[in-house]
Amino acid sequence: MTRRTVLKRGLLLGGAFLVGAQKSGADAAGPLPRAACHRVDLSFSLNGQPAHAEIEARTTLLDLLREGLDHPGTKKGCDHGQCGACTVHVGGRRVLSCLTLAATVQGKEVATIEGLARNGRLHPLQTAFIEHDAFQCGFCTPGQLMSAAGLMKEPCGMSPNDVREGMSGNICRCGAYCGIVAAITQVRTAAV
Amino acid sequence: MNDFAYTAVDSLAGAVEAYSRSPGSMYLAGGTTMVDLLREGVFAPEAVVDISALPWREVRVDGEFTRIGAMVSNSEVAWNPAIKKMFPVVAEAILAGASGQIRNMASTGGNLLQRTRCPYYRDLTAPCNRRAPGSGCAALAGINRSHAILGGSEACIATHPSDFAVALTAVDARVRVAGSAGERDIPITDFYRQPGRTPEQETVLQPGELIAAVLLPHASAHGRSLYLKVRDRKSYEFALASAAVAAELNDGRWHRVRIALGGVGTVPWRSRAAEQLLEGERPRGELFAAAANAELAAARPRRHNAFKVPLAKRTLVAALERLADMS
Repeated sequence: MTRRTVLKRGLLLGGAFLVGAQKSGADAAGPLPRAACHRVDLSFSLNGQPAHAEIEARTTLLDLLREGLDHPGTKKGCDHGQCGACTVHVGGRRVLSCLTLAATVQGKEVATIEGLARNGRLHPLQTAFIEHDAFQCGFCTPGQLMSAAGLMKEPCGMSPNDVREGMSGNICRCGAYCGIVAAITQVRTAAV
Repeated sequence: MNDFAYTAVDSLAGAVEAYSRSPGSMYLAGGTTMVDLLREGVFAPEAVVDISALPWREVRVDGEFTRIGAMVSNSEVAWNPAIKKMFPVVAEAILAGASGQIRNMASTGGNLLQRTRCPYYRDLTAPCNRRAPGSGCAALAGINRSHAILGGSEACIATHPSDFAVALTAVDARVRVAGSAGERDIPITDFYRQPGRTPEQETVLQPGELIAAVLLPHASAHGRSLYLKVRDRKSYEFALASAAVAAELNDGRWHRVRIALGGVGTVPWRSRAAEQLLEGERPRGELFAAAANAELAAARPRRHNAFKVPLAKRTLVAALERLADMS
């Protein structure tokens, strides 16, 4: 039993009521019928596994991951490219999935928080986040971790201030920055 | 987000052809501005032509120019050893903008074509001549703290948001534009249009034309250059005022002084009045203040942004002092 299975059961119940309500308003203007939207056949690599989906062209990568491919680890914070909660890797580089049209990852490699731990072993950054109390509510944490994992491969100085600058695209509403910077600095120092 | 047709292309010919199929086409590169504006409904194209696979992906040092392909990411430009060595102002300006994730996504061409962050441009309930020509400008009598004090008109006072473009303006970059009629090179100072009565026409690009590359002239690579940016927070924020400065030191005097200001103009603001006062002179504090005063003499502040006049002056003076300390 996970938090998500509880949520899904609740949604199924709610959905049953919604379906009933929509039937009575069939003539009201609703969303475009399915066939009217331009669609794209999409294939890409998701955490090393082949992924396929037939999507509306206007779908963002964030919405596809969460709603279409059952990968809800990537979070929707601002949905405007300002908070970093939706950070994933495309082609090995950290990017914002809310500002990425899903159609543009055709044939590319996408990595999300679900793929950060390998063979049941946490990534060193995940371990360090736990050690340093680098979160409170945890909502920004998947984005923080994917951003930090991307930063590991970028040119960046070693000081805590360099880490703060390199991580400035990830906002933490709880203000766990001290732990976040300490955790990342520790892992980067150990990797040198 | 409205529905649109999506086509990915990998050649200039393919891009121009796909664009011409619909009168409501838009090109998509890194998407960092555009996807947000699509979602907000500011842009509602019938067709989106994805040009991110076009083969314009390298930074090449040729005889007269260093050429940055339009699809090179902002990160790759800032990390490029040749650019860091010859044009430090360009690398510094990029790293002073956006976040690591956005710099990885954003393309060279897309950075130059990003839209203003004037909040009224993004608010479909507000009048905005740039978004909806003839509807009026909500910023003139509205909240205009972030707006331009140079180059505005009664139709629009939105600032140009790019740091990169300010640095390019200070190194006399050229924009190589490609389309069905072939290629042409445009000095970056002629590329952007001040709003005047037609703020919706932001550049001299014709419909269907693309930025293919940015050319940095090696004649601008001598001497020192730097970028100084002032903002409400230390990182991941647009400029309230910024200065890109470059000069060569010869016999204790400055030559080829080039200055551009950001955060204060409707376009990246080449500062020729300031340059003229410094050209051929020995760098010294009182001259820096005189140059800053001369450039900002034309400033037209509004209700909430009068602070930008002294801020821009002090930013320019501080940048010039740092440049003098380097050389």
